[in-house]
Amino acid sequence: MRFLVLLVGVVSAGLAASAFSRAQEADPTPTPRSGYEFMAPQTQALQDDDFVNPAFFSVEAGERLWSTPMGSEGLSCASCHEAAETSMAGVAARYPQYDPDVGGLVNLEGRINQMLTKEMGAEALAYESEALLGLTTYVALQSRGMPMAVDIEGPARPYFEAGRDYFFTRRGQLDLSCSQCHDGLAGQKLRGDTISQGQINGFPIYRLLWNSTASRHRMFAWCNTSLRAEPEAAGSETYLALELYLAWRGGGLPMESPAVRR
Amino acid sequence: MPLLLAVLMASPLSQAEDLVAVAIVDGGIPAPLTSVPGSPDRGRLIVRDISKASCLICHAMPIPEEPDHGQIGPPLEGIGSAYSVPELRLRLVDPKAINPETLMPSYYRIEGLTGVLARYAGTPIYTAQEIEDVVAYLATLKAD
Repeated sequence: MRFLVLLVGVVSAGLAASAFSRAQEADPTPTPRSGYEFMAPQTQALQDDDFVNPAFFSVEAGERLWSTPMGSEGLSCASCHEAAETSMAGVAARYPQYDPDVGGLVNLEGRINQMLTKEMGAEALAYESEALLGLTTYVALQSRGMPMAVDIEGPARPYFEAGRDYFFTRRGQLDLSCSQCHDGLAGQKLRGDTISQGQINGFPIYRLLWNSTASRHRMFAWCNTSLRAEPEAAGSETYLALELYLAWRGGGLPMESPAVRR
Repeated sequence: MPLLLAVLMASPLSQAEDLVAVAIVDGGIPAPLTSVPGSPDRGRLIVRDISKASCLICHAMPIPEEPDHGQIGPPLEGIGSAYSVPELRLRLVDPKAINPETLMPSYYRIEGLTGVLARYAGTPIYTAQEIEDVVAYLATLKAD
């Protein structure tokens, strides 16, 4: 009898290990579904038509900047990367990534600023500035329809794990983790709003609530504040780690930037 | 043996009242948190006030004039028949004392929280009087 119990224990442990190979034990991570699926039809319609999607003002600003010389070297992005449609195709889908020169994670915003300061002799652009949102959105657009696929192995692994821990930690006065709503309750109603999976494949997004284009990190800060938790700074190591975890969690979702969300 | 939940604690960052010590007895909190009896009318306003992180965000309630009710928690119609007043009070003050895994926040507890926004640090979600008002309202929600 004792042997049987032991055997059942070993077998079920084995099953658990294979069934939840995405992460630790009893990982509730759902099959990824884009935030698009949780939007009202009129919001989806705004995203479906590039001519009415308000984020295309950011795309156009980014497109202009792409070929505008910035900084003391007299270089524009296009001086080296030429046509973004070819050189940037698929790039945004692979961020954030570990950068040995930085010794940490770099996301798309960080890479753009690294180029500006290290290669072009320009000042870094502020997070949520029109210029950085524009360049980020323009570059992300070149990956539209391509599957999000980040590397979480090797030196990226500790950051991935930190991001996952953050996602599963209850915080704020309301004492809720990201996972409790975005894994467990996606599709259900929080008053009039449908809870999404919190996927990030559509960023930068145009957010109707803000009447503006917005970065992934601005959204993280908003979520924190909604839980009455202290937000982290945009570009912080914590948010970069969370961004890496979320990009992995939504792996395979087609990039949608610039998506429209409520 | 009553379990002391709330530690008396003043926060230098806020004008919060000191938390009233609450005692759990037989699966409930028999003693009101305030000397002013709870008002069901005030409670009915509080439960729909979205700025107070209130019930309607997650629960359907018999408040037909409100268009959008949450679907996260169980509907609260008839809750006043399902639970006694002390049981309702505990479920508001600290539902995690009953089920540590519940999503429902503890509305009158300040310990054990991580990264609370500075302007809410050291303050519970509801004041003691708001707890009493909402308990009084929920107690009126009798099953048919």
